[in-house]
Amino acid sequence: MSNQNIETPAQQEYTITVYTENQIGILNRIAIIFSRRKINIESLNTSPSEIEHIHRFNIVIQETEDVVRKLCRQIEKQVEVLKVYYNTNEDIIWQEMALYKVPTDTVADKAPVERLLREFGARAVVIRRDYTVFETTGHREETDKLIEVLQPYGLIEFVRSARVAIIKESEGFNAKLREFEREEPGQEVIENEYLDKEKNVFTM
Amino acid sequence: MELAQAEATTATAPKKTTTLTGSAAVLEGLIAEGTEVVFGYPGGAIMPIYDALYDYKERLQHILVRHEQGATHAAQGFARTSGKVGVVFATSGPGATNLVTGLADAQIDSTPMVCITGQVFAHLLGTDAFQETDVINITTPVTKWNYQVTDASEIPAALAKAFYIARSGRPGPVLIDITKNAQMQLFEYEGYVPCKHIRSYRPKPIVRNEYIEQAAAMINAAKKPFILFGQGVLLGGAEQEFKAFVEKSGIPSAWTILGAGAIPTDHPLNVGMLGMHGNYGPNVQTNSCDVLIAIGMRFDDRVTGRLDKYAKQAKVVHLDIDPAEIDKNVKADVPVWGDCKETLPALTALIEEKVHTEWLAEFRAFDKVEQEELIQKELNPETGELTMGEVINQLNVLTKGEAVIVSDVGQHQMVACRYAQFNKTRSNITSGGLGTMGFGLPAAIGAKFGTPDRTVVAVIGDGGFQMTLQELGTIMQSGVDVKIMILNNQFLGMVRQWQQLFNEKRYSFVDIKSPDFVKLAESYYIAGKRISERDDLVAALTEMLEHKGSYLLEVMVTKEHNVFPMVPQGCSVSEIRLK
Repeated sequence: MSNQNIETPAQQEYTITVYTENQIGILNRIAIIFSRRKINIESLNTSPSEIEHIHRFNIVIQETEDVVRKLCRQIEKQVEVLKVYYNTNEDIIWQEMALYKVPTDTVADKAPVERLLREFGARAVVIRRDYTVFETTGHREETDKLIEVLQPYGLIEFVRSARVAIIKESEGFNAKLREFEREEPGQEVIENEYLDKEKNVFTM
Repeated sequence: MELAQAEATTATAPKKTTTLTGSAAVLEGLIAEGTEVVFGYPGGAIMPIYDALYDYKERLQHILVRHEQGATHAAQGFARTSGKVGVVFATSGPGATNLVTGLADAQIDSTPMVCITGQVFAHLLGTDAFQETDVINITTPVTKWNYQVTDASEIPAALAKAFYIARSGRPGPVLIDITKNAQMQLFEYEGYVPCKHIRSYRPKPIVRNEYIEQAAAMINAAKKPFILFGQGVLLGGAEQEFKAFVEKSGIPSAWTILGAGAIPTDHPLNVGMLGMHGNYGPNVQTNSCDVLIAIGMRFDDRVTGRLDKYAKQAKVVHLDIDPAEIDKNVKADVPVWGDCKETLPALTALIEEKVHTEWLAEFRAFDKVEQEELIQKELNPETGELTMGEVINQLNVLTKGEAVIVSDVGQHQMVACRYAQFNKTRSNITSGGLGTMGFGLPAAIGAKFGTPDRTVVAVIGDGGFQMTLQELGTIMQSGVDVKIMILNNQFLGMVRQWQQLFNEKRYSFVDIKSPDFVKLAESYYIAGKRISERDDLVAALTEMLEHKGSYLLEVMVTKEHNVFPMVPQGCSVSEIRLK
């Protein structure tokens, strides 16, 4: 079968927003929806939402809209998933946070620190005798620029967070979440409380 | 002060509790859910549950299988014939990993099942303890939901959720993994409360009337409408609603193998089986109809063939309970989300009563061609060797289309689906989506427990039978009455057919040798017979069906016989071949 004449729709960056119950294993259930189709996740952020027991995921992938729509339906099908949205970059406001650790003496002596901070909107998070940690927030290309500049001054460590995104047009899910919580509060996650107790608790 | 008073007046009496072990709570929960039979196999990590079961013998029937995979297929057979949830017990590690095939099969065929696995002590989790495996992560892709219990107090709620999730919406398999300490632990049991709602779970989408109206308008305007129905009709218990819809609309209707029997095979508007080895008419007509109405079916690739040449001329109305199925493979012009038990009556109310005489006649013309060129030869072969088709046909004559036919996977499966008559719903039990060889024998055991009053015939090939033949031991021990019919062509027939048609007859490892199946059955105290002559067929089938208890009939059939029609892989449904 020849695929020569089949037009492939364009791929682009999509940010998928998922609201889930805070349950052990849900990350895996969501992740395998992508891995099963051999789709690479570019960035994944998960953290508690504004409502207790509900977590919000931001997942960034490069795909066609058709595939993204199908993925979202499969995610929404999971028992512990409350709601899924998908958006293009035009539809959202997003940020990534980056931390840069540099030797304090080199930076203080040689770098035009003040200019750097102003130019890149960075701020010093920690200043110690041996190292200083700067932080910037922005799009990928913005946080990338400071790496280049700091590299000659002995960048020791760099870390960047996953994307967090707010949907521009949406009314948000906050009101619905609050309603959910009012009607039916979520349940605490039950974690394994016996792991460190060993044979004191149960034996054969 | 006021608050304190309010608290004092609304304070409820402490709940009455009983001190129970986690294991007893599991069994109490199963009984509360209406479980009558459990298929399982004991082992170290599930011993407390088995110990408790000793005291529940009168209230819960346990069937000891010979391999955990057999337990899952038996539970599937039970669920598919009874419409209830199949229940399985297995121990940790290898016991649990042996469930994976059955879970995957149940997942793809939407079969409600609850598997309970034992797990090592909670404090040993993650230490590579004896018979420890990460069952939750292993089974995540093949379950609708799973959960690990490490404290006995979680058991009642987890079990209630498991049953609710397994049977509601689009059904599926659920697994609960219970650590050994939780099974042994004593806790204050407050009774069993069935689950009716989970905040984040919407089993049924909201039915949208505007789509029902659009669908009705489209159907009313159609000149050549065509219905494809699948297992969704059976799972929704919507056979009556479906029949009413078909009969009022007068639309020719074709079935997927899991949808078989939703309306009787000989219903005047039933035009046959879809798919790779389906009937000629429904496959070709898929590419001639103007409106395609898909009900509770998921456009599996074995049904659609090549997607870019599938029903391109037709407007598509798709009724499904699972929103993820809409537009997954075939784009729907009108999506009707919902349980077809609710959506079908709403649709029936809005459609006009019609007959499509000429359109239906087109199907019957194709039937005539298929009958003359293929079916006649299959049922009345010129050689002395028996064909699978004539065996199934004869079985059908003798059972009058009333038997439950459980088939394994391969050529015999397609022949059984093609030639068996189904007068009743839930009569064709087979592994559709996963195509699991070895499904037939254990599923037939479960099917008989699911419908004890009906005759259950397992139709199995010589290859598939050898994948789970140890379940003859289960038949022997439980005394279940299953008629086993092995159609032996001394080949892995379907693979051989593909090798013949697509690999220049390079028969690579499809020549399978078998033991003496009749002697094997005899060693399990199961009566049996082998035949290879046409003259013996009716008598042998009659003997099998009339025999009290299980019986194994081995029928030697033509070796190199192919199943036709066939939509070759990568071809469109209208390119279906009759030979």
